[in-house]
Amino acid sequence: MAPDLKRSTRRRLTRGALYALFILAVAVVVWLADWEAIQSNFFDLDVAVEAFPEILTVAAKNTVLYTAIAFVGGLLLGLILALMKLSPVLPYRWAATAYIELFRGLPALLVIFGFAFAVPIAFGWRPPGGSAGAGLIALIIVSSAYIAETIRAGIEAVPPGQVEAARSLGMHPSWTMISVVLPQAFRIITPPLTNELVILIKDTSLLFIAGMALGDRELTTFARDMVSSSANATPLVLAALLYLIITLPLTQLVAKLERHNKRGR
Amino acid sequence: MSPVTEAALRKGVPAIEVRDLHKSFGDNEVLKGIDFHVDQGEVVCVIGPSGSGKSTLLRCVNRLEEPTSGTILVEGVDITDDETDLDKVRTRIGMVFQQFNLFPHLNVTRNLTLAQIRAKKRSKSEAGEVAARNLAKVGLEDKAMAFPAQLSGGQQQRVAIARALSMDPDMMLFDEPTSALDPELVGDVLDVMKQLAKDGMTMMVVTHEMGFAREVGDRVVFMDGGVVVEQGKPEDVLGNPQHERTKEFLSKVL
Repeated sequence: MAPDLKRSTRRRLTRGALYALFILAVAVVVWLADWEAIQSNFFDLDVAVEAFPEILTVAAKNTVLYTAIAFVGGLLLGLILALMKLSPVLPYRWAATAYIELFRGLPALLVIFGFAFAVPIAFGWRPPGGSAGAGLIALIIVSSAYIAETIRAGIEAVPPGQVEAARSLGMHPSWTMISVVLPQAFRIITPPLTNELVILIKDTSLLFIAGMALGDRELTTFARDMVSSSANATPLVLAALLYLIITLPLTQLVAKLERHNKRGR
Repeated sequence: MSPVTEAALRKGVPAIEVRDLHKSFGDNEVLKGIDFHVDQGEVVCVIGPSGSGKSTLLRCVNRLEEPTSGTILVEGVDITDDETDLDKVRTRIGMVFQQFNLFPHLNVTRNLTLAQIRAKKRSKSEAGEVAARNLAKVGLEDKAMAFPAQLSGGQQQRVAIARALSMDPDMMLFDEPTSALDPELVGDVLDVMKQLAKDGMTMMVVTHEMGFAREVGDRVVFMDGGVVVEQGKPEDVLGNPQHERTKEFLSKVL
């Protein structure tokens, strides 16, 4: 670029070039796409109409329900694991570390498969709630391993002076943990916990491997079944839209919460 | 007069008595045999260069720091004894930190009531009344609903003092309470501490404020290299130091 151009001019030229490149890329994609095929395969109105209302009353509802159960379960179990990992008792630390490393190292899909099929064969025990129940236990176990590490990091990020202040006032270690450390830790880890939650929403789509009863199907299983029966991919697009409708407000809400919490940091 | 436990008064024992205290961090011996005491109602200021072990000594008194060896008696009770209920002893020892250490997620009132409710088992309303009284004492009754982040450093430290006072302690430990403050905010905190001393509170103050030590201290203790080098009346230690190390230190800070 010519050296005698002013810096502001140069910046304007660079930005203009970037815009042009972007528009060109979009145009190429639009030009290459086969719009007729796209419309008949992914945006078939008749197929879409057929998906309702079950895609909302069964599939989306189950996705939200499974996410909620797995997240609450994962939080509770994760909290216990985090406290075990910070425990002065060595076997507790070992057990928590082994658990966390194992379930973070395995694909969620395999763990779900294991609880749905391997555990019943190996122990003659079927988890309650059928395949959905087995899959949910697996999701809780996998998410708790990730959440445990997040909570541990949060607890360790609370300044040691906070514990000292509480202890110097004569507060018992467990009260110190409950009313001083954990509230601050959870504020610190709100962003990564949201991440876990969003990942969990999408991981409920792995439950299909367990083989779900009709009324237990969540969005992905429901959409896949419908794709096979209608020979059309429109249900997948609907499912995708519904996932976004669930996740986007959630991330917005947490961003708002986070701004609110800044006051008390 | 501050509330002092009857048993202790009867016996007339020192509020704090430290005998042959040693403390090491790994290979680093920070306290090399300290004998030290604070009488009831006495204000003792501990001065000395950084790294002299004065903060460590103070933090051993409520066992935030675990002593390596030695004995620490608080109102005659050996707190290094495993049988001693440490939490109970700590409710009688108020502590004020250099970094305030207010609970940032709680408003000022809840900062003051939390330990009263959890450790002293006071009712919420009783704790609230005690909190309000102590907030007024440090001149911050209008900040009851504020969060720590909304306060200046000096205000935060006064809230921290009120928080410690709300436990109705028999004595107060101050760990460099004004060192983290902007110079113009130091005065307010020192005023609160002066008033406390005037009211008869037993105080152990680790400080760099020589003016405060001279004016308020009943006794000044100079520490260096993990030992007590010299102690006595403020005018003697600060005005006419006997030891070379005391003279050298004072020539740097005065």
